[in-house]
Amino acid sequence: VTAAAGSKGKSGKGGRSGTATDRLQRLLALVPYVVSREVVGLADTAEAFGISEAELVDDLNMLWCVELRSPDPYCPIDLSYEGGEIVVSEAESMDRPLRLGTDEASALLVGLRMLAELPGPQDRSALRRTIAKLEAAAGEAAAASAHVSVHMDGRAPADVQAQVAEGIRQRKRLHLSYYVPGRDEATERDVDPMRLLVVEGRAYLEAWCLRAEAVRLFRLDRVIGLAMLDVPAEVPEEARGVDVDSGQLFRPSPQDMMVELELAQAGHWVAEYYPCEEVADLGEGRTRVVLRTPDTEWVRRLALRLGEDGRVTSPPELARAVEQDAAAALALYA
Amino acid sequence: MSRQKTERLLSVVVCLLSSQRYLTASQIRDAVPGYPDSFDAFKRMFERDKDELRELGIPLETGTNNPDEETGYRISRQAYELPEIVLEPDEAAVLGLAARVWRRAELAGAAAGGLLKLRAAGIDAEETTQPGIEPRLQTGEAAFGPLWEAVRDARPVSFGYVAAGRTTPQTRNLEPWGVVNRHGRWYVAGFDRDRGEERVFRLSRIEGAVTFTGPPGSVVVPEGTDVHKTVQAWDATSPSIRTAELRIRSGTGVGLRRRATSDEPAGQDGWDLVRAPFSDAGWYADYIASFGADVVVIEPVDLREAVIRRLKGALA
Repeated sequence: VTAAAGSKGKSGKGGRSGTATDRLQRLLALVPYVVSREVVGLADTAEAFGISEAELVDDLNMLWCVELRSPDPYCPIDLSYEGGEIVVSEAESMDRPLRLGTDEASALLVGLRMLAELPGPQDRSALRRTIAKLEAAAGEAAAASAHVSVHMDGRAPADVQAQVAEGIRQRKRLHLSYYVPGRDEATERDVDPMRLLVVEGRAYLEAWCLRAEAVRLFRLDRVIGLAMLDVPAEVPEEARGVDVDSGQLFRPSPQDMMVELELAQAGHWVAEYYPCEEVADLGEGRTRVVLRTPDTEWVRRLALRLGEDGRVTSPPELARAVEQDAAAALALYA
Repeated sequence: MSRQKTERLLSVVVCLLSSQRYLTASQIRDAVPGYPDSFDAFKRMFERDKDELRELGIPLETGTNNPDEETGYRISRQAYELPEIVLEPDEAAVLGLAARVWRRAELAGAAAGGLLKLRAAGIDAEETTQPGIEPRLQTGEAAFGPLWEAVRDARPVSFGYVAAGRTTPQTRNLEPWGVVNRHGRWYVAGFDRDRGEERVFRLSRIEGAVTFTGPPGSVVVPEGTDVHKTVQAWDATSPSIRTAELRIRSGTGVGLRRRATSDEPAGQDGWDLVRAPFSDAGWYADYIASFGADVVVIEPVDLREAVIRRLKGALA
């Protein structure tokens, strides 16, 4: 048996109707959804299930039309949606939702435990209580979630994260001392915080940088110092947050320079670590990668750190600069 | 998508939920509209329906009401129903945020489906963001889906793996014990059948398809296994911490100074003497080399030599 790589497994979609079983899941949830709220509006319910009102009405009709023929014919479900309000008056043993499946319980529990790992703004007590209640309600389905664990990069100081969260909550301007490793510089700047992002195990502050006059991401583990200013944050209306779901936080700009490196096997991590425009296998364990960058200084630093495991091959002036850097450094050991 | 099929499956569920007794296949056919008249065609369709209902997690039990009867089916309400769960508003809020963590990742559909059931239980939780925080788990690695299924269902797998320092994949046979996300990367830990010991694999280095090599339930996770500890140990750098003595040009080496235990001017020549702890000499030498002519290692000797080797490598 081969599981197709990247298969979606048997995770029910819940929302939009796709297959017959997707719709069945929705129908089974719809009755208890209404029953537990006694009376609900058509529009609100359609929104909650992510479907149109017409689709919802079709679902309700299908439920209402269920007819069992034997031993005596009867209709087990009675409901109405007159005047835009749904009322279920007869729901025969369907008034509770189906138990959580293993995937469902695991997805929610792993998500909750990940939130509990984050220092800062999370309501820890609420997380603990929710995890306990969900584990109890999921029963056996919760067990598999113990086989998935998520651990964040612990290097971002908890106090920085808490301060950032406080700045976002109070909508206050922040002063940042921020380390830029590519230039080995501690920079000072004022920013208006937007969001705290946690992506690929790292925490970032997304903020409007008054110096760059643009939205910038700041890795919290590179924040050297932080102060909340007594100035309200004024994020310009045109400021757009990054799309955390695009799979690429940092988009190279078309003005960036193209740099080509040849990597030995031990330097192959570069291709995994940085978004590369091109990765070519040169055989015998060697790889050629092309990176886009606005700043050549970090490439010089990268090349020094790679030593014989990687070499800048283009542009040639950058390759020469690396050699000069290395020669100057070696002279200090002579 | 078939409307008749949805109607039929729905009727089967309602029919079995409302009956306390086991119903035989024939009784179900009599009660539920939509099955074909031919008994063989009915049997085939009913078999498929049973599979689909079970895949949705509907606990379809088989048994008899008394020993001399034909085998029948029932759905016990106790096994079917989500137990009572009530969440306070702050709990519902974190639940909505937790469901969002998987957005567009492998278990996004499962998270949404689970949230829907909880909302159907009367909980007002929405998959909306709390102002100002967006946590995400990515599952860009293609192997995540099949490996999660293997771990969930306790099935052994085999896959092609490009180990560090290699370029071609080798087939590995693994009894997976768990998947771990550490610092944003996914790993699978388990018992490597070929090596005869516990091993850790990085999902991004798995090439091609993951193949199940045994039935569900055939992997036994040893008592007391903590896959996170296993991955952490595999990932960990040497724990012994030493101190490096560095000369750093004044106003430079900011990154190195951030970890310093002492940092003072060394005479009047524009250099400072910095002491800083390190554990992995190879990694630290690479890092120091990246500062070029702004840093000189005084001690220890092995670190100093490693930096010189790096720099010579960059020069050649």
